[in-house]
Amino acid sequence: MKIKDVSIIGYGAYVPIFRIKDSEIARVWGRDPKRVPVNEKSVPGYDEDSLTMAVEATLNALKRSNISPDIIGAILVGSESPPYAVKPSATVIAEVLGVSRIVAVDMEFACRAGTTAMQNVIGMVGSGMIEAGIAIGTDTAQGRPGDELEYTAAAGAASYIISKSGNDDIARFEGSFSYVTDTPDFWRREGERFPRHGYRFTGEPAYFHHIYSAAKGLMDELGLKPQDFAHVVFHQPNVKFPTRMAKQLGFNKEQLKYGLLSGYIGNTYAAASLIGLANVLDNAKVGDRILVVSFGSGAGSDAFSIIVEDGILSKRDLAPKVFDYISRKKYIDYSIYSKFRRNIVM
Amino acid sequence: MNTFINSVPRSWRERKYKYRLIGGICKKCNATFYPYRGSCPYCGSDDIEEVNLPKKGRLISYTIIYSPPSEFRLKQPYIVGLIELEDGTRIIAQITDVDVNEVKDGIEVEAVFRRYREQGADGIIEYGIKFRPISD
Repeated sequence: MKIKDVSIIGYGAYVPIFRIKDSEIARVWGRDPKRVPVNEKSVPGYDEDSLTMAVEATLNALKRSNISPDIIGAILVGSESPPYAVKPSATVIAEVLGVSRIVAVDMEFACRAGTTAMQNVIGMVGSGMIEAGIAIGTDTAQGRPGDELEYTAAAGAASYIISKSGNDDIARFEGSFSYVTDTPDFWRREGERFPRHGYRFTGEPAYFHHIYSAAKGLMDELGLKPQDFAHVVFHQPNVKFPTRMAKQLGFNKEQLKYGLLSGYIGNTYAAASLIGLANVLDNAKVGDRILVVSFGSGAGSDAFSIIVEDGILSKRDLAPKVFDYISRKKYIDYSIYSKFRRNIVM
Repeated sequence: MNTFINSVPRSWRERKYKYRLIGGICKKCNATFYPYRGSCPYCGSDDIEEVNLPKKGRLISYTIIYSPPSEFRLKQPYIVGLIELEDGTRIIAQITDVDVNEVKDGIEVEAVFRRYREQGADGIIEYGIKFRPISD
């Protein structure tokens, strides 16, 4: 899918202040503290959820956009951990911004929901339906105590303000490509608190197959090769998967450097690839081309090719950067973690 | 036993003020206050306009709640502070993202959007502004 005249005019991220070390989780469950998937992961505070994190990321994005919220025509929120089963987060965010005459809706596709929101806003802006829209990926991921996922299921949000291309753009969309199949690698049934997953099955037929297919599909369609990109961002459930994916597709470690954050904050699900992109934008040079490929279980990937524009230079410092959030942290132990995650039955 | 104050209309009425930190300014005595209300708490005038209050301020004083109402039980201990905003408006709000052993009078704080409370497990979730210390 080629994209014409649609750009990012604002972006913002958010990561909660609390961290738990994987070695602390390993201590509780008797695992080797050295054989853990990430160093530490972010944990939402007792008064945070996917909605509150989306608000802070969006307020950061608005600071960088230099626009009035009045021109926003859509707010699409991608998450698999909405605070309500029935009642949208998007309307609360609209109320915070003070806008009502807009399209506001929540979207769900596991960890891919944020990029799907982005793709939809691109379509609405590109078709002329709206002047500008907001796409959000946000999650407070759930991991069953003692399960593999508990070592990585983290929290974070990223928000993008997407508009018709102008003079003050941060980055311009060049193209997008999606790839889906019916693959049951990870799921959560209605009414269940924690998800289940297919262990090793989540690798080859799910994560690797879909990201590879979407990345290849986009590069073929645009006539681009890995060396045409300065940066690459993949969905990051751990550090191992995106590192292996990069190698398999022909990208080097330098290209992956800014986009891979799971070692610092864990897997932020629907926010993961979009926080990675935010950190790339925090560090990229004008003219850099970025490949972003999400992955959501169930399963599918969205790939985007994005070129950094000179608006980044004046806008980058207008809001906190990703590493401002990553660097401010408070460690908690497993007891406080259990309290924050409501795993203590009162 | 858990008891919850259930008022959906109240939280709906207050949403704008609590989500966006909108207070009142008295056109007669020029006082600002939070949350917005129809008459001035200082002079009693009904000539009040809405005002967007500054999002930063200073913690003047605080108290720590160790024995909370039902809907805050999982949050104990938590901090309720008196904050002086940059324009001098004084407001009462929860202080978040800081340990009860670390909070101090005089720290700089900024507004953040957080969960206030839930009206029971199947009730609505109330959101609004709290304050957190500004990190260096």
